Amino acid sequence: MAQPFRLAQGGRTGRSRPIAMRFNGRVVEAYAGDTVASALLANGIHLVGRSFKYHRPRGIFSYGSEEPNALFSVDRGGDRIDPNNRGTSLEAVDGMSLASQNHWPTLGFDIGAINDALSPLFVAGFYYKTFMWPRSFWDKLYEPWIRAAAGLGRTPAKADPDRYQHAHAHCAVLVVGAGPTGLAAALAASESGKRVVLADEQAEMGGALLHDTTSTIDGKSAWTWLSDTLAILAGRENVTLLPRTTVFGYYNHNHLGLVQRVTDHLPRSHPDLPRERLWQVRAGEVVLATGAHERSLVFADNDRPGIMLAESLRAYVNRYGVAPGRRAVVATCSASAYTAAIDLQEAGLDVALVDLRPEAECAAEAESLRRAGCEVLTGHTVVGSFGRKRVAGLIVAPVSASGAIGSPRTLSCDCVGLSGGWTPAVHLFSQSRGKLRFNRAIDAFIPGASAQAERSAGAAAGTYRLSACLEEGWLAGVAAARLENARAFAASTTRVGFRPVRIIPGCDGRRRSRAFVDLQNDVTAKDIGLAVREGFESIEHVKRYTTTGMATDQGKTANMTALGLVAEALGEPVPEVGTTTFRPPYTPVTFGALAGASCGKLFDPIRTTPMHDWAVARGAVFEDVGLWKRARYFPRAGEDMHGAVARECTAVRAQVGILDASTLGKIEVVGPDAGEFLNRIYTNSFERLEPGRCRYGLILKEDGYILDDGVVARLASDRFHVTTTTGGASRVLQHMEDYLQTEWPELKVYLTSIAEQYAVIALQGPKARDVLAPLVEGIDLAAAAFPHMSARAGVICGVPCRVFRISFTGEFGFEINVPSDYGQAVWEALIERGEAFGITPYGTEAMHVLRAEKGFIIVGQETDGTVTPDDVGLAGLMAMSKADFVGRRSLLRPDLVSTRRKQLVGLLTEDALTVLDEGAQLVADPAQPTPMRMLGHVTSSYWSANCQRSIALALVEAGRSVTGQRLCATTPSGFTSVWVCEPVFFDPKGERVHG
Amino acid sequence: MLLIPCPHCGPRPEIEFRCGGEAHIARPAAPAEVGDADWAQYLFYRTNPKDVHAERWLHAHGCQRWFNALRDTASDRIIAIYAMGEPRPAVPSPIVPAQGGGDGRKSAVVIPPTPNPSPQGGGEEC
Repeated sequence: MAQPFRLAQGGRTGRSRPIAMRFNGRVVEAYAGDTVASALLANGIHLVGRSFKYHRPRGIFSYGSEEPNALFSVDRGGDRIDPNNRGTSLEAVDGMSLASQNHWPTLGFDIGAINDALSPLFVAGFYYKTFMWPRSFWDKLYEPWIRAAAGLGRTPAKADPDRYQHAHAHCAVLVVGAGPTGLAAALAASESGKRVVLADEQAEMGGALLHDTTSTIDGKSAWTWLSDTLAILAGRENVTLLPRTTVFGYYNHNHLGLVQRVTDHLPRSHPDLPRERLWQVRAGEVVLATGAHERSLVFADNDRPGIMLAESLRAYVNRYGVAPGRRAVVATCSASAYTAAIDLQEAGLDVALVDLRPEAECAAEAESLRRAGCEVLTGHTVVGSFGRKRVAGLIVAPVSASGAIGSPRTLSCDCVGLSGGWTPAVHLFSQSRGKLRFNRAIDAFIPGASAQAERSAGAAAGTYRLSACLEEGWLAGVAAARLENARAFAASTTRVGFRPVRIIPGCDGRRRSRAFVDLQNDVTAKDIGLAVREGFESIEHVKRYTTTGMATDQGKTANMTALGLVAEALGEPVPEVGTTTFRPPYTPVTFGALAGASCGKLFDPIRTTPMHDWAVARGAVFEDVGLWKRARYFPRAGEDMHGAVARECTAVRAQVGILDASTLGKIEVVGPDAGEFLNRIYTNSFERLEPGRCRYGLILKEDGYILDDGVVARLASDRFHVTTTTGGASRVLQHMEDYLQTEWPELKVYLTSIAEQYAVIALQGPKARDVLAPLVEGIDLAAAAFPHMSARAGVICGVPCRVFRISFTGEFGFEINVPSDYGQAVWEALIERGEAFGITPYGTEAMHVLRAEKGFIIVGQETDGTVTPDDVGLAGLMAMSKADFVGRRSLLRPDLVSTRRKQLVGLLTEDALTVLDEGAQLVADPAQPTPMRMLGHVTSSYWSANCQRSIALALVEAGRSVTGQRLCATTPSGFTSVWVCEPVFFDPKGERVHG
Repeated sequence: MLLIPCPHCGPRPEIEFRCGGEAHIARPAAPAEVGDADWAQYLFYRTNPKDVHAERWLHAHGCQRWFNALRDTASDRIIAIYAMGEPRPAVPSPIVPAQGGGDGRKSAVVIPPTPNPSPQGGGEEC
């Protein structure tokens, strides 16, 4: 018979809309509106997984997002596979396939259950204590074995085909949780006309009202009041209702993270909708109506399938019309469980109730239940349970006021409801940095003073009576919206109050008894006791040592119990022990939602130059430089990188090469004080730089270390064209703006980034002038008229241009700046014109080699933020005669004038064919004992086709004083000999730049 | 993520800004005349209070303007914003709840404290 445990009537599921899904291959029938958990229970399936550590059979424990046990891998077809979903919040969808986790070969027969028999071994800290020796086992045995056994669920093997979206919203009031408190708060706040967002994690709004079939509000049944209220809210234009939306994080300044599940409840993915939407909400005020979690009871074998929380039994019966069993035993120390028991009895289950409290403490509740025809055992404790894959009975015994346990008896049953009282869900409040305070009367931490514009109300604040929740919610909503409207609610009474129980009487420390505190991580009361005995007194340490509260459920049903046990073991009051830190997310968030659209090509922005398409068409190999794609080399057919770079390097020095240098940072510095400003920013002197001239300059940080370098061209007395490194472009502009705005606001200077406005073409080599000359108008390219380190404005191919006679290769050459839109056209014209001269496009790799042959530094390669101009041999660029420039004073600090500083040198390997590794360490004597004294390291190393040997640059302690000496450099296989030399390998006199 | 009131653009999320560290660290007018110890003090030493902290912010992905802010480092509440070069406004310590008000300087915008709701629902007696 299909759905044998579906009640004949009742519940909110759509009985006219049957659906079917698969669980471990078996067809499970259900109704629309079911969760996976209620669907399984309707079919009498309680065993849904194996526990993490001991592989014990586990069943559905709760009805909400706090679920520790019922985790499933969901297959929605078409590679849409997702592990570790909580079946209690997962909506049942026609056609979905579910698989239980953490067992092999099958759920019913699991080899891993051997761990349960070996459990005396697996005490708290087992791994720390066991896998210490022998050392040789670490890599080959222990780690592979532990890794194979570790992990929860299985990562999908294929890429996620779903789409995820990010959304941002602002509202006056965000109400979290749509139970009675949240609904009342949203009603109140929305009367102001201000924008109100109400978010709730469940498919249906209503919270605890959804399984409340007996309460009344303002004379209506709870369900009628709920639908009327939701209709009112839906009718208000200023209200946004977000069901299926978990508020998972509460960050600074009322910034909250929400994740909305958009399509998971639909039978197939929707082409126009994302699977999930991650909301970032900035709220004026927040009302936290997040409710409370029911506590479990800790006794031996309290984890059998069929044992769940008492309120959850009630929810399955009332909300889903599902009987979790035929004969239920409710074990409790809390009044609310009586309401559950009565509802179960009404639904036709056979119910008995065991209350740990003596008759005197619960006489009224007990009497009402007895009148309904149930057996009620007050003053009784639970000492154990039995049943292999499903609970079959609970062993109970009377307990006297002194704690003496009487003779046990067995209550046979097929489901059990536990209630150890309630814990307010203060997660978001605590994340908002509000301070918790302990309320002894309700044995719970509740929100104290707020740290942000936030209010907690209802069960989240420790208020459990329905009428009080409604009123508190209303008041919170009114206050959040700055209203003064009063409203009273008349609601039926609620059974509240419980006696806190840490470890229940009769749960002794018997060696083999397993009384679980944290079901998902298999932490027992004994583990916590052991941790305290071993000296872990801080709750944060106990948590990490035992892993309690560290599973995917973050211990929502376990933490308060664990805390109580630690307090008891230490003999300290609970507030002295304190809580562990609540951190986002409240429930797990998919990586998809966090990534949103930022994957694949949209993972990071990509910047391309105006000539990018040309390089792509020519088969360039690109490298990432910051966000830029730069052509690294242009291989010809059959050529590898080595061959291409050698050919490009040779061509530049023999004929002419052309490089796309558009990624350089470019800043226009304009104003009457522009010269003075640059004089203070750069180490060089700019006073005597005449218009039409260029200067290579260094920028230091205030601490004296090199920040960036580049060429500064003076276009007019009040106008400079500054270039920076590609990576340093924004850093330099910010550095300049910082000093201009905050130190020297009196200077009349404007800084404008023109990096995107100009494409830059470097034309380098002996034939550069021949290529350029016929294309340019208005510039005399003759050496005398346009000497090295000068700048001219003119026209190229009909386009205005700025041409600099500068060189990063040591060759005669030009850098041509043209408006970006014309970059590719001018480039192609130069290529066409250059063909007769053997023009060769070269990439960044050849550029690196060519500049290294000349010993030109690259900021970030030869420098690392601790290198001064003198260290790299550029002391000559420091105009120390200037009274001040940024970094000048620091250059005189004792550490920066030390003769032991590392200095830039060249290295020649003894074997000319050996190319050193960049980053290789240098030592004087490789025979010295380890740890060796490192003298420096290789910063750049290449094969130089022009020198027909390997070359390298290095930073070496007092390097200039050891020129000509031999050092040893590390290699992957040992050491190799190198000779220290001047850091210039080609054209040491620098004659070639003059043509 | 902080919501930072840029004096030129209005409130904007923190990712648009860059923090420039402690404010009111004046660069010596004549660095060459400063001794090594004092220069090191200027370069490296900063306060790190659990209290109101004056710091520099740059609206890097907005107006590109620098400004000063007073921020309570314990609560992250931004108490005031004011222009570069202006003295630190006198505001009440966040520990003593009082009226926001500043020192009456027109340019400093003092942001009133977030209203802390009255004591929360204290849980009911059972």
